[in-house]
Amino acid sequence: MHQTFDAALEMNLLHANQHGAEENRDRLNKWGITCLNLMSSPGSGKTQLLEQTLQLLQSELRMAVIEGDMTTQLDADRLRQHEVPVIAINTGRACHLDSKMVAGGLHQFAHEQTPQDFDLMFVENVGNLVCPAEFEVGEHAKVALLSITEGEDKPLKYPIMFREADCLLITKTDLAPYLDVDIENIISNVRQLNSKVVVIPVSAKTGEGLESWCDWVKQFVSNQSGAAKNLVTAS
Amino acid sequence: MHETDMTKALILTVRDWLAEQPGHPAIEKVHLTVGEFTCVEPASLQFAFDAQTQGTFLDGAELVIEETPLIAFCHRCQQEYRPEVGLQYACVSCQSPMDDIRSGRELRIGRVEFSQKAPSQETPRKTPSQETSYAPNI
Repeated sequence: MHQTFDAALEMNLLHANQHGAEENRDRLNKWGITCLNLMSSPGSGKTQLLEQTLQLLQSELRMAVIEGDMTTQLDADRLRQHEVPVIAINTGRACHLDSKMVAGGLHQFAHEQTPQDFDLMFVENVGNLVCPAEFEVGEHAKVALLSITEGEDKPLKYPIMFREADCLLITKTDLAPYLDVDIENIISNVRQLNSKVVVIPVSAKTGEGLESWCDWVKQFVSNQSGAAKNLVTAS
Repeated sequence: MHETDMTKALILTVRDWLAEQPGHPAIEKVHLTVGEFTCVEPASLQFAFDAQTQGTFLDGAELVIEETPLIAFCHRCQQEYRPEVGLQYACVSCQSPMDDIRSGRELRIGRVEFSQKAPSQETPRKTPSQETSYAPNI
């Protein structure tokens, strides 16, 4: 006789990725490293922003980068010129980094460097406004970038990324005079989805806003390492 | 195509569950809940599932996707509302931001339906751990 049974699994589809992300975060916490996950569509200026940021913060923070790229080393090579360790991860056809790929990157980082000597790890995700938002990699905060050339409606059309972001950089503000884009409209569209996100308009070309961005990074790293110390003391 | 990765995750989760079950249950249906406010397209997931389960222990099993709508709760108005994805997320009455999502973020494997053959009729069959045709790389 054919009998059918039912079993409840009630598991998150992304359970395995989530679990890996937590392991990565634990590892980073033990090293005393804060991790920021940078996400945006292709060409919104993640690498350019990182180049400027590495330059501006090099005397204050010890930094490293995990660079996600589908096939090339082009971005990684640009960042290596700033004399920080850069771990390149080619995702192949995958359109985002996942926690397992980043675990591999951290493993390589630990093999090549002394992780305890570092304060901050940037993860530059694959350029994509959709997928990276669903795949945590072990970051302490998500930083989204949106260049003003992409248009005011992008937060409405790609809501998950902007909903999840802790900090939003509106990039390429130097192009504002040439475009019919109102930065205030971008901000109010983002606010519909996320009342807490810190919004900083920047131009990596002119330097506008980079001081505010660097201040945010320093403050975040300092809060994070304070929290990690408390955690260690408490346990 | 992150639906491919999601399908791999789904297959691995069901495989792990199956490995813990006594006997050799045959999976007939997998029930999945996919929220409207996720990056997952149910049609792509269905396609990926059919393609990726071929020749595996899930070959022929049916994926049943239940979609849940995006529903938010406005604390100022003390009421639920339905944001329009792509157009409007703030509260339709008072324009407060969409802070509290009550439904629409689900990506959940709910339950599986399976049949169990009586021991006397049991024919030798590969257990999931012996499957070689599906080699996940996640």
